[in-house]
Amino acid sequence: MLAKRIIPCLDVRDGMVVKGKNFIGIREVESPVALAQRYNLSGADELVFYDITASAEGRALFADTLKEVASCIFIPLTVGGGINTLEDFDRVLKCGADKVSVNTGAIRDPLLIGRAAKLYGDQCVVLSMDVKRVDGKFTVFSHGGRVNTGISAVEWAHRGQEEGAGELVLNSIDTDGVKGGFDCEMLNAVCGKLTIPVIASGGAGKKEDFLKLFQEVPRADAGLAASVFHFGEINIEELKIYLKENGVHVRL
Amino acid sequence: MIAVIDYGVGNLFSLSASLKYIGAESVVTADKNIIRSASAIILPGVGAFADAYAKLERSGLIPVLKSETADGKPMLGICLGMQLLFDKSYEYGEHEGLGFIGGEVCPIGPDLKEKLKVPHMGWNSLEFRKPSPLFKYLSGGEYVYFVHSYYAKNCAENVTSVCSYGGAYLTASAEKENVYGTQFHPEKSGATGLKILKAFSELR
Repeated sequence: MLAKRIIPCLDVRDGMVVKGKNFIGIREVESPVALAQRYNLSGADELVFYDITASAEGRALFADTLKEVASCIFIPLTVGGGINTLEDFDRVLKCGADKVSVNTGAIRDPLLIGRAAKLYGDQCVVLSMDVKRVDGKFTVFSHGGRVNTGISAVEWAHRGQEEGAGELVLNSIDTDGVKGGFDCEMLNAVCGKLTIPVIASGGAGKKEDFLKLFQEVPRADAGLAASVFHFGEINIEELKIYLKENGVHVRL
Repeated sequence: MIAVIDYGVGNLFSLSASLKYIGAESVVTADKNIIRSASAIILPGVGAFADAYAKLERSGLIPVLKSETADGKPMLGICLGMQLLFDKSYEYGEHEGLGFIGGEVCPIGPDLKEKLKVPHMGWNSLEFRKPSPLFKYLSGGEYVYFVHSYYAKNCAENVTSVCSYGGAYLTASAEKENVYGTQFHPEKSGATGLKILKAFSELR
């Protein structure tokens, strides 16, 4: 039986992980390699790296960072951020990524999903979606959640699966950063009829939120979070022990 | 030194890095002389069976792999590299394999008793079926990372471990004499995977 996965997400800018703002509002950064190693030791099942740099220098630094992480951590690595072409897939796969996550790039060119899946295999292509309620409808936003595309999240998720995406990340803009729990309503609505694995993102604040996710959204294969792991509010090892005690099948 | 066979399939970054991490010297190569002088061979692979076998044939390395394994050199096939070790595969047709281990590679889907996702992708736990030198540092029940839609069947006497999925037992590892195969990716299976690679690198 496959284990439910716990996935920390690391935003990388200029070779450093941007952890977000701490409780007194100071922006904190940390070495991606040190943080990734800590997560690996505490039982993370996979790591996601988002390249949030825009400059060419930043891109080069990101590649070095990725290579360094892939040289000392041997669990699946997913990379996203600025993936618009097959060349972008190639660039990060050569640095040790196992899966590549597309978001705005796939909205701009949905056929990119299929072309990448044909070249690198379905398992390599992750479709990442930022979803927000607009007039009661689950709607896809692009450009880091800033632009309303007007596309229905349910339709886009199914289109992505048909095009050949091997996995789906569903991030709720409505619950992201609120730490009040995952958006189970949205997740069930969007992933109800999908057959590919679904990673839930946005809203984790405490251990109980992950348990609720796996209980209320049986189709969710993984829970993803960033700052609650970065700032030590949730320890991954303790989280997995807690989940196991409550009947969720996890890798310990 | 371990020769990692380079025949144009898959991403070898993590495999090379993991061997380096455990202190095993390795080289990614398609050179017959280097393969002959290596202490062990790893056959990696991702993608489709027929395409990978055709590439291996084109590389001209099959006779070398056959003679070296016949001489007793340890060889490890990983994922599709493991599937290539069997007699044949039924992935998109019927295709001949290397025949180092008796058995056939068949689709997972029809054998599942519950309707579960294929590919079988993620962390699943190993159930040992037979002792194997690759398990030297394991105790059973460890989780390893899988990504596959086909698996080796009708090879019961060669199966060393399985994993349970959708009411079926999928072959996770198999071996015959000095030829070993893991359906999972040891180079992506954290500390457990490194222990398996270490055990393989210590075979003589």
